[in-house]
Amino acid sequence: MPAKILEIHNLKREFRMGSETVRALKGVSFSVEAGEFVTIMGSSGSGKTTMLNILGCLDQPSDGDYLLDGVNVKQLSRNELARLRNRKIGFVFQSYNLLARTSALENTELPLLYNPGVSGKERQSRAVKALEAVKLGDRLHHLPNQLSGGQQQRVAIARALVNEPIMILADEATGNLDTRTSYEIMALLQELNQQGKTIVFVTHEPDIAAFSSRTVTLKDGKVVKDMKNPAVKSAKDALAALPVNDDY
Amino acid sequence: MNVLNLLQLAWRALLRNKLRAFLTMLGIIIGVGAVITMVAIGEGSKQSIRSQLSSMGSNMVTIRPSSNQTVGGGARLGASGLQTLKVTDAELLKKQATYLTAVSPAVSANGQVINSAKNWPTSIQGVSPEYLSIRDWKLKDGISFSDEDVKTSSKVCLLGQTVVDNIFDPGEDPIGKTIRFDKIPLKVIGVLEEKGENTFGQDQDDIILAPYTTVQKRILAIDFIQTIYASAIDENSSALATAEVTTLLRKAHKLQSGEDDDFTVRTQAELISTISSTSELLTVLLAAIAGISLVVGGIGIMNIMYVSVTERTKEIGLRMSIGARGLDILLQFLVEAILISITGGIIGVAFGLTASKLVSIFLSWPTLVSQSSIVLSFAVCAITGVFFGYYPAQKASRLDPIEALRYE
Ligand SMILES: Nc1ncnc2c1ncn2[C@@H]1O[C@H](COP(=O)(O)OP(=O)(O)OP(=O)(O)O)[C@@H](O)[C@H]1O
Ligand SMILES: [Mg+2]
Repeated sequence: MPAKILEIHNLKREFRMGSETVRALKGVSFSVEAGEFVTIMGSSGSGKTTMLNILGCLDQPSDGDYLLDGVNVKQLSRNELARLRNRKIGFVFQSYNLLARTSALENTELPLLYNPGVSGKERQSRAVKALEAVKLGDRLHHLPNQLSGGQQQRVAIARALVNEPIMILADEATGNLDTRTSYEIMALLQELNQQGKTIVFVTHEPDIAAFSSRTVTLKDGKVVKDMKNPAVKSAKDALAALPVNDDY
Repeated sequence: MNVLNLLQLAWRALLRNKLRAFLTMLGIIIGVGAVITMVAIGEGSKQSIRSQLSSMGSNMVTIRPSSNQTVGGGARLGASGLQTLKVTDAELLKKQATYLTAVSPAVSANGQVINSAKNWPTSIQGVSPEYLSIRDWKLKDGISFSDEDVKTSSKVCLLGQTVVDNIFDPGEDPIGKTIRFDKIPLKVIGVLEEKGENTFGQDQDDIILAPYTTVQKRILAIDFIQTIYASAIDENSSALATAEVTTLLRKAHKLQSGEDDDFTVRTQAELISTISSTSELLTVLLAAIAGISLVVGGIGIMNIMYVSVTERTKEIGLRMSIGARGLDILLQFLVEAILISITGGIIGVAFGLTASKLVSIFLSWPTLVSQSSIVLSFAVCAITGVFFGYYPAQKASRLDPIEALRYE
């Protein structure tokens, strides 16, 4: 049986806003094994982003435990968390969060800047490779405001891939993309998944979820459904099945 | 992140906001420029005072009478009316003082000098021939008087250039002419080299030198002397010379051990150090004022760094979310602050050097740029960058990644 790469127990997250308390997560428990491709589904406001932020070590739960690779994240210092975010996790934000006035290439290089093991030369070549993987090899020096929403999203994906993390957390990474590009991204993620990377992917679209091996559904801060996908669709095949003509 | 990355990052952040970076630097530029210019002015004037003073003969020792008796109410008699110095004192010093090389008694009188129709108010100084070597003064023309002239109180004199200019026609040779000082006819045998103004703005060339016996007997009709000028063997032995003169004169004047001296001994070295320390104080004051503007510049950096941290909260959140540690963020902003202050410092040094040059050209004030002021102000502005950049940078480094990312 493969090792559990992440485990959450009774995870709660509350936001205090003045006298009111918003309970975004009301006790979520599940675990993900190494090499799984999990999609998280749920309606808007159900707590998907909140949970993913905690999984990405960006946020701390109000209550409950989160074990990443067997380590309880609660016990880690700020520096250790930063190291985890840098080496183990590739995070794709719902709102991209690219640095303004900074080229696609430099945005992609960013995580490598905080990894002293990577030389300047290697940094650039790895960033170029990551951008090529998301089909942006011809947009290296474009600034975010010179890119379309979908292209910006792809830069964000490239940035998450570049440091070769063991786990990719993506928040609606295909939300702004057309079907073809979404399938391309899914094909890329499936390929990475086959290479052994664990992927947790938040989405609204059931046809995207069909490419994953398991779907967890959240509702009102609780897991309401957790289901293995018996027939994982291949994104590559789906891509091939799409009509070839692009000039509409 | 290595140093190169940090510098590159900081440099780009500055270039992104060129005008703002420049305005922030302006405080530092003015601060450093002011420190360098002010210290250059202070040092320059100190240097020029020093060189003027040593042009008066840096080994010179001056002995004047002073009262050792307090007259009612504690006031002391002024030196002018005192008659405690005698020619014999000067002769004694000349014979016995081992730290003195030349000794000259001196008396002086003010009066009108006349050559045919021209006259000029000036002063006459009665001295011995050694006076010229004590003052390091040379003759431009003619010869000096001799010891024989002193012995016979002969009616000869040496003229300063200002006197020559005022009582002789241009091109007229004064040597051999007879002038009158207070009705006493004196034959001009030499003309003194020009010395210009002294530190106190007095024209040193507005003078007539004559044997002291001549001035004593024929002009003033006194038998005491007003001053003894002497030369210490070198600049460093002024203190020893002073002590020796004091011992010799106290013995000659038969002063008891409890009694005060009835003379004062001043050395040029002493005067130089007094005046130097005054101008030193001036330099320190100027530097302090300039230093304050450096601090003001530092506060400007701090202010802009706070603005920058706030503006870039989202960027900080993003960097942290992809693995930047607090330290990385701290260094990023610190290096930016230091870069502003150091770039400002470099421009400030250039500005200070130029300003010092301009001051000496257009205001003809002497300036002397000291290396220490450059090093010091540069160090201060680097420290300013660290000091004033640290708090904003620390604020940035302590942000919470998700909070920072959500910041609008
Ligand atoms: N910082 C916050 N302060 C207060 N309430 C918050 C905060 N972040 C999230 N919430 C609340 O928590 C709940 C879950 O939000 P979350 O962003 O996780 O939803 P989501 O499932 O990602 O929705 P969407 O599909 O629209 O992205 C929402 O009701 C939201 O209002
Ligand atoms: Mg969301």
